Amino acid sequence: MTAPLILAEFRDPDTLVQAARRAREAGLGPLDAHTPFAVEGLAEALALETPPLRRAMLAAGLAGAAFAYLLCWYSGVIDFPLNFGARPLHAWPIFLILAFEGGILCATLAGIAGFFVTTGLPRLHHPVFDGRGFDRASQDRFFLAVADPAADVERLSALLDGLGPLSVREVTP
Amino acid sequence: MSAASDGLLPADATYGSLVGTVADPLLRRPAGRWYWAAFAVASLGTMVMFGAIGWLFIEGVGIWGVNTSVVWGFAISNFVWWLGIGHAGTFISAALLLTRQPWRAAINRFAEVMTLFAGSVAGLFPILHLGRPYRAYWLFPYPNTMDLWPQWRSALVWDCAAISTYLTFSLLFWWIGLIPDLATIRDRAQGRAGQLVYGALALGWRGSARHWHRHDLLYRTMAAMALPLVVSVHSVVGMDFAASLMPGWQETIFPPYFVAGALFSGFGMVVVVAAVMRRGLGLEEVVTNKHFEVMGKVVLAGSVTLAIAYATEWFTAWYGGDPAERGHVVYLFTGPYAPAYLLMLACNLAVPQLLWFGSVRRRIGAVVAVSLILNLGMWLERILIIVNTLSHPPLPTMASFYWPTRWDWMLFGGTIAFFTLLFLIFARLLPAVAMYDLGKLLHERRSGR
Repeated sequence: MTAPLILAEFRDPDTLVQAARRAREAGLGPLDAHTPFAVEGLAEALALETPPLRRAMLAAGLAGAAFAYLLCWYSGVIDFPLNFGARPLHAWPIFLILAFEGGILCATLAGIAGFFVTTGLPRLHHPVFDGRGFDRASQDRFFLAVADPAADVERLSALLDGLGPLSVREVTP
Repeated sequence: MSAASDGLLPADATYGSLVGTVADPLLRRPAGRWYWAAFAVASLGTMVMFGAIGWLFIEGVGIWGVNTSVVWGFAISNFVWWLGIGHAGTFISAALLLTRQPWRAAINRFAEVMTLFAGSVAGLFPILHLGRPYRAYWLFPYPNTMDLWPQWRSALVWDCAAISTYLTFSLLFWWIGLIPDLATIRDRAQGRAGQLVYGALALGWRGSARHWHRHDLLYRTMAAMALPLVVSVHSVVGMDFAASLMPGWQETIFPPYFVAGALFSGFGMVVVVAAVMRRGLGLEEVVTNKHFEVMGKVVLAGSVTLAIAYATEWFTAWYGGDPAERGHVVYLFTGPYAPAYLLMLACNLAVPQLLWFGSVRRRIGAVVAVSLILNLGMWLERILIIVNTLSHPPLPTMASFYWPTRWDWMLFGGTIAFFTLLFLIFARLLPAVAMYDLGKLLHERRSGR
């Protein structure tokens, strides 16, 4: 049996950040938050770790650029040399343009793939969508989600005392 | 800085009201008579475009005004013009994100869409100009039974690589930015069909802090990559000309000059699109006079940059002392296309100077009028770069005059209609403004940053 999912709803992003910090300091977890836009400080409050997305993109970009350059070099110098007025076959200034484009393309595709892998999207359903009023999480409400077996509605309400959540409810399918 | 929000958002804005401003025209308001009238006209124009393309496929490029000296004509100048327009969207989105310009929030989405549509239209022209358009895929290196490779030293191949990379990148950049807004539309949709369609498109986005964290990371990284990419695309187009040996083309200034011209005309088109979207979708609250004032300044800066580029062209021709280059500049001012050249200078350099005056910049109609005029000027520039150089080759017997035929005009007008049609469809199906960016801007303003 998985832990029940409890949602605390807030009107204001800054209060949500405080609530997230309190919940984490109280040792609750796993925690998540659902907001209509990226809230500054929320990732720190929830202590989210940064996936090595940028490094993956850099590696893919360099690999793509190297591949494009080698492709140009192999096809233009070894496999299919064409002499145009004795211009050099190894035309590196031009190969660099194509390597740049290839690098950008591969880095982008790697970034998109990494984004979907690290977010777990696309996904058909998630229990949190059953939360009451959750459709406003994409508009004007800010939710803290707690899925700790040790937590219940009373304990979370007590913890958030003074922050004035609009509601603290357990999600029931 | 709290100037961040001066006049950018309504004073009584809430997170909910901002979402409503953007989403309601999409979900709750019928399109209206003007919309359908514009839709009908644009559809008609699109049919003209397909007709012109069809006849081109049957008869070949001989139906155009091109000849053995002026081999490029309308097709290539329209390609350069459209691609220039297609520059501003990704640039606005990326550069203004990285420099934290608050006025980006309301305009970046439709500017990106403008990039996609203009870039796609631009990409049609080189293919149509190929002569054998059905072999356009030969530009890509794919394993084939003919044992052939693309000729990397050909400018056409650079174009193909630069444009296909740029369009793919712009599409993905726009799409990643769109996903959270699709989730908002999903949650606001009242009908079952809307919930299903937008729900599927939103890919299960639930606004999780983890999602936003990764989203922000990816989006900023892509923005940083977008800047060199944007500069590279029109630089490559500039090199199509600069890599030749023709007077008026063989100039090292061409790549930056093309990029400056592209951003100039692109911003001009964003102003026009912003004015239409603002009126058509009732976005007066989030696309404000302030936006037009700031974009007016960017356009003015573009005009001044372009003036420096033109002056450099004339100066180096004179200072270099090459008779062919000097003769070319004289030809610009005295040749058969001189009236068009002078009109271009007026449109691109003289008229935008009006934007020095704050009273002009603050009037939306005036900024839009200047933008329309400069886009005419930029179109003339793209035409003249080609015909002025090609119509007087070094051998006098080859001199010839280029004049577009009705098929040239039909194809050009048709692409404008097609672009408009795509925009009309976009405006009714997808959110025209990034709602989460508006929310973020409101949050920053409330916390006094």
